[in-house]
Amino acid sequence: MKPIILLALLTLPFNAHANQWLQFRGPSGSGYTDAALPTEPKVAWELDLPGKGLSSPIVVGDKVFVTASSGPNQDRLHVFCFQAADGANVWERQFWSTGRTMCHDKTAVAAPSPVSDGKRILALFSSNDLFCLDLEGNLLWLRGLTSDYPNASNSLGLASSPVIADGVFIAHVENDSESFAAGISLENGKNLWKKPRTKRANWTSPLVVKAADGKELVALQGSEGVDVVHPATGEVAWRYGEGASTIPSSAVDAEGNLYIPSNGLTAVKAGADGGAEQLWRVGSMRPGTASPLVNDATDRIYVITNANVLSCGDLTDGKRLWRMRLEGPFGACPVANDTHLYACNEKGLVQVIALGEDKGEVVGTLELGEMIQCTPAVSADGVFVRSNGKLWKLQ
Amino acid sequence: MRFLPFSFFTLAALPLMATELPEPYQEAIETMKAVRNEGAGNEAAAEAWKQVIQGDAGMVVPLLEAMGDANGLASNWLVSAAQAVVDRELGNGNALPLDAIGAFLMDTRQDPDARRLAFEIIERVDPDTAAKLVPGMLSDPSNALRRDAVAGLLAQGKALRDGEKAAGASILYRQALGAARDIDQVEEASKALRELNQEVNLPEHFGFLMHWSVIGPFDNTDRKGFDTVFPPENEIDLDATYDGKGSKVSWSTLTSTDDYGMVDVNKAYGELKEVTAYTYTEYESPTDQPAELRLGCKNAWKIWVNGALIFGRDEYHRGMRIDQYKLPVSLKKGKNTILVKVCQNEQTEDWTVQWQFQLRVCDATGTALLASNRPPSPVADKTPNNS
Repeated sequence: MKPIILLALLTLPFNAHANQWLQFRGPSGSGYTDAALPTEPKVAWELDLPGKGLSSPIVVGDKVFVTASSGPNQDRLHVFCFQAADGANVWERQFWSTGRTMCHDKTAVAAPSPVSDGKRILALFSSNDLFCLDLEGNLLWLRGLTSDYPNASNSLGLASSPVIADGVFIAHVENDSESFAAGISLENGKNLWKKPRTKRANWTSPLVVKAADGKELVALQGSEGVDVVHPATGEVAWRYGEGASTIPSSAVDAEGNLYIPSNGLTAVKAGADGGAEQLWRVGSMRPGTASPLVNDATDRIYVITNANVLSCGDLTDGKRLWRMRLEGPFGACPVANDTHLYACNEKGLVQVIALGEDKGEVVGTLELGEMIQCTPAVSADGVFVRSNGKLWKLQ
Repeated sequence: MRFLPFSFFTLAALPLMATELPEPYQEAIETMKAVRNEGAGNEAAAEAWKQVIQGDAGMVVPLLEAMGDANGLASNWLVSAAQAVVDRELGNGNALPLDAIGAFLMDTRQDPDARRLAFEIIERVDPDTAAKLVPGMLSDPSNALRRDAVAGLLAQGKALRDGEKAAGASILYRQALGAARDIDQVEEASKALRELNQEVNLPEHFGFLMHWSVIGPFDNTDRKGFDTVFPPENEIDLDATYDGKGSKVSWSTLTSTDDYGMVDVNKAYGELKEVTAYTYTEYESPTDQPAELRLGCKNAWKIWVNGALIFGRDEYHRGMRIDQYKLPVSLKKGKNTILVKVCQNEQTEDWTVQWQFQLRVCDATGTALLASNRPPSPVADKTPNNS
């Protein structure tokens, strides 16, 4: 086998599925796509969504899946399946929340993004209701994690988007009262493990991390740092203990190095003794609400600050290469390929930035006219963005 | 498409009869109803779900009926199956048994959420008929159904008010307020009534408990007071004196004058930090009855009813709202004691000053259950304080 083909196969889970955007922040979990991004985006289609939601769409093959909540108490929970090509409604399932639906006005019960293993859709809501459906909309199992663990909730709302690692669904439910992480069977929804976590509100999302042996681990970020755990058992493989943000999540590269919103931005890798070895730390690269974006192909890392400044850094040493001011504010994480980055602000403005060696330049914009807080999903033929009331496909 | 007129007679005196199904389907429904916490019963329920959605449109009403005594998890299996059948049948151009679905909707003994779904099915197929049903639901036990009727009244009241027909507007707003259970509709109706110079008693409308005895401060350094058993958890003696945080403490009275029943402990002790207080009241129930205590609180709290701990939560300053926590309880005829522990933490930001809660007694629909010993409501502040 030629080396280049072998390399392509080895990187298959991360970047090769242009029609798969199976989780929050895409295949890598860090916002990178190898798909083309339209530089002058236009609306290919739009459709109405009920109620509220800021979860990201996900794309599985030719379908796009979106969650929402509705009703005066936001206790009607929706899972939609649309045709990616034309936005046709393929199916919808509705449920009632079994947990608390109270949350801050700027977030929603449909805040966590759904996740898929390519065969199933797993939709988690801030109410801690969790539904597993197949791609045809058949309900396979469900959980009410607040029904199970009655103080597992956050009165500001939960937002951690789950991941699937090594065939295990990972729920990361950190709050001030009954915090836990759990590995849940994709087959029947039962706990494989459940571990207590720090009692501190936390809105960050787990990341799937490649270990040196090629196996998948899961990074759980919280106020005390990051625990990288084995998905099958929840046992800690290695730990970074110098504190971390509870809003923007970390990013990860293909080698399993983590870029953590901690003391600015801190890059670490697994240490020899179950700890973390620091690669670099740059105080000025502090992410705002949006999580950092890593591009392995170009060795770049991108951060959007609370001052709406997009900074491009060298992935190898964290050195800032250039920065530019965007029009904010930003709740959504950016997505990017090797040449362009999408930044959607809360005013509904999509900004397309050409990523140069020494500067960035806004080369395209699109005004969607509604508050955008979701991180876009990217497929081979379009970009999917949602507001509370709309889902757009951009081309 | 089949359609028969609905019957509006009351069904309350009739026994609740489940629609009969072939045995395999009935077993499948029972399998879904057997789902419990932590995923118990999911695998069997998934097989049952696939089985029932193969059934024809006649499956819809039995699935809705089954929600009546199903837990919340099981209800989600049932409601999603009913929806799957409806979507398939309508997608195939088939008729739904609207007469049976309508009869189910009219049967107020059935599950409120299931009845709401029945209404939405009718609305989807025959919106004109659904619209005609709405005004008749003003007093429906399902809040999700009465909401549309209240909205209609509010719109009519506004139209009259805009037309400078104040008397008529007041009547409609008063009727809307009487039926409203959702906070946004209560606020809209009460605001309009007050602007029309009408008296509104919101504490009584909601059933907020306004009169309390309070004792504190006890210690909550390092948030340890939440799990510390201070004397009021062992005995209620309103004449007693105990060692508190830095001084002797004894019971005093604390009365809310807030429209939304806010009990402000800071008014008793000042803006303290790392402290715990207890508030106590007695509720005379005219009968043995199920009820809900509905609490709003941004401090850590515990609640005991008749000496039994109902629930507690150690979250601080993440927000509060009316009906934030819904706590089912059984009230006994006569005196019931209610003890609330409310803890303040160490945070010093200006949004962490509040040391307060709001507590009401109502039924499962949110309708106030007023105590037979309820004193007149204190003169209410006019400014809502429920943020």
